[in-house]
Amino acid sequence: MDKAGVGQLLRQLVSLDGPSGAEGPVAALIAETVRPMATQVQTDALGNVIAWRRGTLEPAARIMVAAHMDEIGFLVTKVEDGFLHVEAVGGVDARGALGQEVTVYPTGPGSEAYPNGLPGYIGSRPPHLLAPQEREKVIPLHELRVDLGLPPAALATGLVRVGDRVVMRGPYTELLNGRVATKALDNRASVAAMLAALAYLTEMRHSWDVYAVATVQEEVGLRGAMTSAFGVAPDLALVIDVTFGETPGLDNGKTVPMNKGPAIGWGPNLHPGIVKRLREVADALEIPYVMEPVPGNSGTDAWAVQVTREGIPTGLVSIPIRYMHSTTEVVVLADVDRAARLVAAFISRLDTSFLAGLPEEV
Amino acid sequence: MPDLCNLLERLSNEFGPSGRERSVRALIREEIAGQVDRIEVDALGNLIAFKEGTGPAPRLRVMVAAHMDEVGVMITQVQKNGALKFRPVGGLDSRLLLGKRLVIGDERIPGVIGAPPPHLQTEAQAGKPVGLDELFIDIGAENDKEAEAKVKVGDYGTFATRFTVLSRDKGWPTVRGKAFDDRAGCAVLAGLLAERYPVDLVAVFTVQEEVGLRGARAAAYRVEPDAAIALEGTVCDDLPRPEDEDTTPVTRLGHGPALSLMDRSVVVHPGLLRLLQETAEAEGIAIQYKAPAIGGTDAGAIHLTRGGVPSAVVSTPCRYIHSPASILNLNDLENVLRLVAAALRRIERAHLARM
Repeated sequence: MDKAGVGQLLRQLVSLDGPSGAEGPVAALIAETVRPMATQVQTDALGNVIAWRRGTLEPAARIMVAAHMDEIGFLVTKVEDGFLHVEAVGGVDARGALGQEVTVYPTGPGSEAYPNGLPGYIGSRPPHLLAPQEREKVIPLHELRVDLGLPPAALATGLVRVGDRVVMRGPYTELLNGRVATKALDNRASVAAMLAALAYLTEMRHSWDVYAVATVQEEVGLRGAMTSAFGVAPDLALVIDVTFGETPGLDNGKTVPMNKGPAIGWGPNLHPGIVKRLREVADALEIPYVMEPVPGNSGTDAWAVQVTREGIPTGLVSIPIRYMHSTTEVVVLADVDRAARLVAAFISRLDTSFLAGLPEEV
Repeated sequence: MPDLCNLLERLSNEFGPSGRERSVRALIREEIAGQVDRIEVDALGNLIAFKEGTGPAPRLRVMVAAHMDEVGVMITQVQKNGALKFRPVGGLDSRLLLGKRLVIGDERIPGVIGAPPPHLQTEAQAGKPVGLDELFIDIGAENDKEAEAKVKVGDYGTFATRFTVLSRDKGWPTVRGKAFDDRAGCAVLAGLLAERYPVDLVAVFTVQEEVGLRGARAAAYRVEPDAAIALEGTVCDDLPRPEDEDTTPVTRLGHGPALSLMDRSVVVHPGLLRLLQETAEAEGIAIQYKAPAIGGTDAGAIHLTRGGVPSAVVSTPCRYIHSPASILNLNDLENVLRLVAAALRRIERAHLARM
């Protein structure tokens, strides 16, 4: 795996839509991709994909690596005169929703004809018709309408039903410098890093059992992480997610640099012993990284995993992206690969003594 | 009937903000080369195609205009951090820009319009659109030097939207794409050239409409037409509304060609309006009227050229113009072509008389 390989993987992962609660197609792609690298792949009751790769220790020690595969989107709440009313699934930014291309996944009669969904558009009244004060307002999401361009009668058949999923379109666009703009980098960038880490591990020795988990429903409240961490019951966990990359116009104190490697999270959510080891591994292998202070809730699956069962020592490796929750999130592919290498190296260096030493680090 | 959908697709995907219409012009020039007697490009970049009439001399000279340019952006500053500041070219709604894809400059460098994520907004910023001053374009450059290797101050940009068919229903065939204002008009105008009319037809693909009807003014002076028709992709505002709001849309999708009575730039010539009404009736083409006093078109500049030119406007209704994408109904587009072609067969000097 290298930057190009990670890019290829990421391109595939973002080509599919998987809003929270309807991650099926993304889950299927991930399951298919990990199968050759895993001892066993299973899917739990919520839809988490859990790939288990056996290590050499007997009895086994377990590390869970988690990256959520869901993305933000919409649910159809009403069909009116050929237009759809929608409500947000996860933290959709109303400011960016206007003028946005979307894909609607119908489930009503006749929907078999549209396995790839229906193209739609969230339009707005043209500027010619807007009073100056109207331009000062963000249109709330419940006032937005999705236009499918279909004859009004076509929707009268019930083709699109209340509850159907709508996802914002944001194709994979290569920018300069190995940077990529696409939707759903949050969090397919981390899924790509997790899969790449597993690929690296196939060429490394690792004594611990690895459970690579693509979780569901993170964007609506870390739900998949709760059940999968319970099911796997790991000794340790590493969560991979995205974080706010340095952005023009933003206070540097709120962001981490781009293209300086992954961010290693530090704070109450994250076990000091894991943080220490992550840094040691990165230093030893000369993988660049930055430290990210996380004074409370990390807002990631790590927050749920840490307090699963009797508590799980958890670490957080974050990939900096710009414009989070837009359809033009930007990442540096090298950072994805660096995150993957760090995670793989961390895992391969785990031994029987690591767990025993952890209590002293708290 | 020429394949308007295919032509519109190619026109829509082409790059042509006001002042940089050259790619659109090249496409159109190639498309119409075999169908006209003569092609000229004037000092502003207007593409002017002449097609002599079949009627006895002296023949009327009718100018039909559609503008090639589209709304876009211009790069105004390359910042130290590699971010590009920009200003709109034409009437862009800045609320629509956040998180959209663009292509910049003659090399079509991909870029995205960024702004801080909602998570990091201050309370004062919440609920407010991101202003133009806070927006910037990110092409992936890490600093000004890298950015300037690809993009210069003054480079133009357009939305990166690609043409998409939404509905193949023959009764309601709709498509989505950028710049239907006015590539819809360009497609119709190119389509009109398939036929020779009794009158001399001068097809003018104009520049710089979106920044003030600039091209049409110069072209009309050069062409000196007896009458003019501007072809537009116009506002369509037919979404369902709350009942307490004014529910009169400007035009309705799928309800046929929209005739203007009066907009901000022109009061349509009554004789030409009557010609269009009679033609529609004779041809069995359903028409609608665009709500008055909204928008302006090239007819605004043309009708005031020299001593004055009787002018009319025929438009294809387009939802969401001046945004990253518009939606139009191909039946409307074909009927605009049918209507204007038939009107060109019928037009006589009597239509141009003032009552």
